Amino acid sequence: MSVAKPLPHDAARLHVTGAARYVDDIPTPRDCLHLAFGLSTVAHGDITALDLSAVRASSGVVAVLTAADLPFDNDVSPSNHDEPLLATGTVHYVGQPVFLVVATSHRAARIAASRAEITYDEHPALLTVDAALAANSRFEDGPRIWTRGDAPSAIENAPISLTGSFEIGGQEHFYLEGQAALVLPQEDGGMHVHSSTQHPTEIQHKVAEAIGQPMHSVRVETRRMGGGFGGKESQGNALAVACAIAARQTGQACKMRYDRDDDMVITGKRHAFRVDYAVGYDDSGLILGVDFTHLVNCGWAMDLSLPVADRAMLHADNAYFLDHFRVTSHRLKTNLQSATAYRGFGGPQGMLGIERVMDHVAYALGMDPVALRQRNYYLPPETSEDGGPAPRPAASPRSISEKMKGRVTPYGMEVRDFELGGITTRLLATSDYAARKAEVTQWNAGQTSLRRGLGFSPVKFGISFTLTHLNQAGALVHVYQDGSIHLNHGGTEMGQGLFQKVAQVAASRFGVDMATVKITATDTAKVPNTSATAASSGSDLNGMAVKAACDTIRDRMAVFLAAEHQLPPSAVTFADGRVQVGGDGLSFAEAAGRCYLGRISLSATGFYKTPSLEWDRIKGEGRPFFYFAYGAALTEVVVDRLTGEYRILRADVLHDAGASLNPALDIGQVEGAYVQGAGWLTTEELVWDNSGRLRTHAPSTYKIPACSDAPDVFNVALWDGQNREDTIYRSKAVGEPPFMLGISAYLALSDAVARFGDGSYPALDAPATSEEVWRGIARVGGAS
Amino acid sequence: MTLTFLLNGEEIRVDGSAPTTTLLDYLREARGLTGTKEGCNEGDCGACTVMIQDQRGARSLNACILFLPQLQGKSITTVEGLAAPDGTLHPVQDAMITHHGSQCGFCTPGFIMSMATAHTNGATDHADQLAGNLCRCTGYAPILRAAKACEATPPPPHLSPAPFIFSEILRGEVADRGAEPPSSKHVAEPPSARQTAHPTSSDDLAAAYLATPSATLIAGATDVGLWVTKGLQDLDPVIFLEGCSDLKQITESDTAFEVGAMVDMNRLRDTLAPHYPSFAEMLRRFASQQVRNAATLGGNIANGSPIGDSPPPLIALGATLCLRRGDTRRQIPLEDFFVEYGKQDRAPGEFVEKILIPKPSTGVNLRVYKLSKRFDQDISAVLSAFDIRVADGTITAARIAFGGMAGTPKRASHVEQALIGQPWTTATIAKAKAAFAKDYTPLDDMRASADYRLATAQNMLERAFADLSGTPQSVLEVRP
Repeated sequence: MSVAKPLPHDAARLHVTGAARYVDDIPTPRDCLHLAFGLSTVAHGDITALDLSAVRASSGVVAVLTAADLPFDNDVSPSNHDEPLLATGTVHYVGQPVFLVVATSHRAARIAASRAEITYDEHPALLTVDAALAANSRFEDGPRIWTRGDAPSAIENAPISLTGSFEIGGQEHFYLEGQAALVLPQEDGGMHVHSSTQHPTEIQHKVAEAIGQPMHSVRVETRRMGGGFGGKESQGNALAVACAIAARQTGQACKMRYDRDDDMVITGKRHAFRVDYAVGYDDSGLILGVDFTHLVNCGWAMDLSLPVADRAMLHADNAYFLDHFRVTSHRLKTNLQSATAYRGFGGPQGMLGIERVMDHVAYALGMDPVALRQRNYYLPPETSEDGGPAPRPAASPRSISEKMKGRVTPYGMEVRDFELGGITTRLLATSDYAARKAEVTQWNAGQTSLRRGLGFSPVKFGISFTLTHLNQAGALVHVYQDGSIHLNHGGTEMGQGLFQKVAQVAASRFGVDMATVKITATDTAKVPNTSATAASSGSDLNGMAVKAACDTIRDRMAVFLAAEHQLPPSAVTFADGRVQVGGDGLSFAEAAGRCYLGRISLSATGFYKTPSLEWDRIKGEGRPFFYFAYGAALTEVVVDRLTGEYRILRADVLHDAGASLNPALDIGQVEGAYVQGAGWLTTEELVWDNSGRLRTHAPSTYKIPACSDAPDVFNVALWDGQNREDTIYRSKAVGEPPFMLGISAYLALSDAVARFGDGSYPALDAPATSEEVWRGIARVGGAS
Repeated sequence: MTLTFLLNGEEIRVDGSAPTTTLLDYLREARGLTGTKEGCNEGDCGACTVMIQDQRGARSLNACILFLPQLQGKSITTVEGLAAPDGTLHPVQDAMITHHGSQCGFCTPGFIMSMATAHTNGATDHADQLAGNLCRCTGYAPILRAAKACEATPPPPHLSPAPFIFSEILRGEVADRGAEPPSSKHVAEPPSARQTAHPTSSDDLAAAYLATPSATLIAGATDVGLWVTKGLQDLDPVIFLEGCSDLKQITESDTAFEVGAMVDMNRLRDTLAPHYPSFAEMLRRFASQQVRNAATLGGNIANGSPIGDSPPPLIALGATLCLRRGDTRRQIPLEDFFVEYGKQDRAPGEFVEKILIPKPSTGVNLRVYKLSKRFDQDISAVLSAFDIRVADGTITAARIAFGGMAGTPKRASHVEQALIGQPWTTATIAKAKAAFAKDYTPLDDMRASADYRLATAQNMLERAFADLSGTPQSVLEVRP
């Protein structure tokens, strides 16, 4: 069976030979036109004069469009219809598209786009959460507040309490392939769109609206993306829509790809947060009450900010049972890029909040930070008398029965398979935590400028879209008469290995080898009404849909072949490329041929919807997730007092992917996510100037981890458990959860900084750049 | 002029009348070779890495900021040309599959080409070799495993380029055509062609530049390339220095290395490593392998950047800059070249011909420190160089220079004065720290704040003291 084998990525050979095609690599018709946006240069203002004569006169320009020239909807928003393709009189951030150039080459379009003369009546710009809060500039009437128990009283009555506040920076996706779309106009006014998108159906929807056609006139195809990370969930809309409008007007193929600097200036990033916290606890380290305030910098348009901010609230507990709990979330509207989906989707920010609290409390108590965390973990699953899990009693967040205490999240979802106890114990053993902790202390004693530090962080991440209707998926499978199999589903491939994992499912269902299964591009004409490939849901949803389609065909084949042998269908088995019908064996190809001659339909769709979800996001109550994925990491760093420079020396990771569909791909996800998560909290600093201009808009100034930034020693292993919920082959989602393992790097830096100090808490902001670490050292009195 | 080069083993002749066409655009748009990717178009991500071979051997370069005329007479291998003619994959391609080194695959061709080049050269410092290749998916661990796994496999024979390209083409094309300003000889050029010169010696260059002082000189194009790809400039006229082989020489006298302006940063590093290991270590971090293979010492000085990394250590060493205009040559201390931000002591038509770097004499113990947000392939927030000489416990001489602290690379004169003649003690260092504020008033920018710059500059003196006192401490030296 193919499932669970560590097979390479399906396109690995194409990758290493340069043969893998991305949108910009697709051969285009000879007369293909190229597009570029002209961008706002002010953060907030009304356009008082728009002189595009030099743009139109620029070499190679075919057309120049403004909002007034758009034939139908001027809207690329995924949520709130507040994001025009081209600005309509007012601009809201530096980098907002104002006009569209259609030219004969990419370079001609870019040169022309730089030649506009735009005059603005500038308005004050809201660039910070403080400014937005003061102006009451927000996306909902007021803050969302979810509570359990009485956090303020619990904190006030606790033996000890403390408060804190820190900044969490945003993060640029830095997918290596920038945003790109290619639109080929069809004979009947329809459009064939190639888009580098995680969400082909939304591209289809927005393009259809923009050209005044029903969705059936637009076909969107996505073979692969050169990275997505959430940055291609909604941010590709503008390019595809622009190309479709230009293609409609010119009748020619149109392509648009952002230059890297444009990409970083135009598109949204991870939401920056400020997290304020108050916590009450006792001297054993038990948390008695926590009160969080999230100030979320959403940027200028709503985009996906509400569910992002919700998910931050949903992860403000992380792995800990917090009896008295409150989280207040302000979704603030500012004059910056509209923050968008990014791996973890708010979860990382929420989780970093509580991990920061744990760090602060452990430091204040002088308690081992791992022991403090274990003290506050959710309880392990209660076992019933036969040893299996106990049945799930009804639970409400407002009144937890004593039986359920310690097993219910603040939003009322039972934590049924809390794996972190076992994961933590094993990780501490394999990483030799106790001995290394002593070694680090000893080593530090012999140093003048350097200190080592250790950081441990657990992850409990909820799996499912919190917008319940998105938890559905479709598939289309054909078996041809030669026994070859054509596989299609609604998930998109962005490097995560989804296509290979799902193909392993298909091959396993039919008992054939992988070469029998043809993986094909995501295509809205094959599987309709798909959800974004997001929320780590790709293999959970599409794997199940494909399984359903395969099983439909397999069952038809079994019924037919069994009848030929006058046997029950259960006598037919599919394994090792063979179909066994009673005592009679034939190859899968022969079986398919027989079925074809027998006029059996060998094509089927499959559908899946996640069961058991119920969620009220206003109340903050219900079961938003099908299950949780878990993991833990221990990171060791070394810091230099003189400059704040540091390195990650070692990271040990144990991560729960359930019964892995493909351990090699899953470990790849874990390793990559750890480094990306560590990058978010270390070197990846977004800097805007006082006029709202992004100063870090290229890899020369925005520093994602490079090769030497990966930990010198990097031990990554998978926890060998099974998903207790009925997921595809009992696997667990793995895309986002390990991202938050990078939090351990931030905590290790905090530990190292504290070891320079006089007893005060380092209180590092994120990202903890060398400069921030140096400031932290100064705060703890360790600067000289 | 017609350019001739080998592309994946095939001899190619192209019209060179659009001299600032990048190799990347040429490959993707003219040749349909879309395996080479555009990730950033500024030489920072490595997705466009190709292997270039010439007399010097194999080098990895960023195709996005490499102009076609720089390739005259060279052999280019792209990811499409790496496998053997019979389709057998290169060992690094095999290893990347086996070790799961690709996920989204977009950076992969660039990694493959960097890895193949390193493999060809027998280089095993993998993290350094790949410092200029960004991957956002894998976290690099499987890529490093793949690179390590094929260390022992010999390079495939088909990657040895045909030797004719280096000799005959260079003689036949460059020597004949590039020696003079374009207007005087090759009237057959189309009238719309830009003014482009391809001198083959510093004498030719001197004449060409004197005749056209408005020309942009293009050496490695790691900076000028961005004027075209990001600044969207249409450079005209241009003079390509690639053919000036005499400017690529390093000669040694008894007292100095005479380094031609066209010497690239990797060769400079190799030359200086035995003599000034701290300088060489900084040059490792100067930029990525691809950029160091292209960037020239002359270019790094002549562009006058306050954050160029080579001037501070050269100033600390007392290097001399040799400038030439026509047949007139002059020599100045390097520090005098940097007049103020954006202004250098260079006349129209004058160019950097070479740099004289003193050889180490007794007591010289240069220390160079680079501070940047990321260790590799990053522009410095602060770069410092200390040449402090101590005899019998007393500081006898000090030359200290910084980048990133002022509008130019600049000496720390007050700090030097606070040190010279004083005992070599922590007390002296502590006192001298106060003098930094007299030398520098740094700025805030996206790389660092002013107070961080000033404080770390002071602390680098402390670090130098520890280093020179035999108690070095660097996070780069700590192993798990």
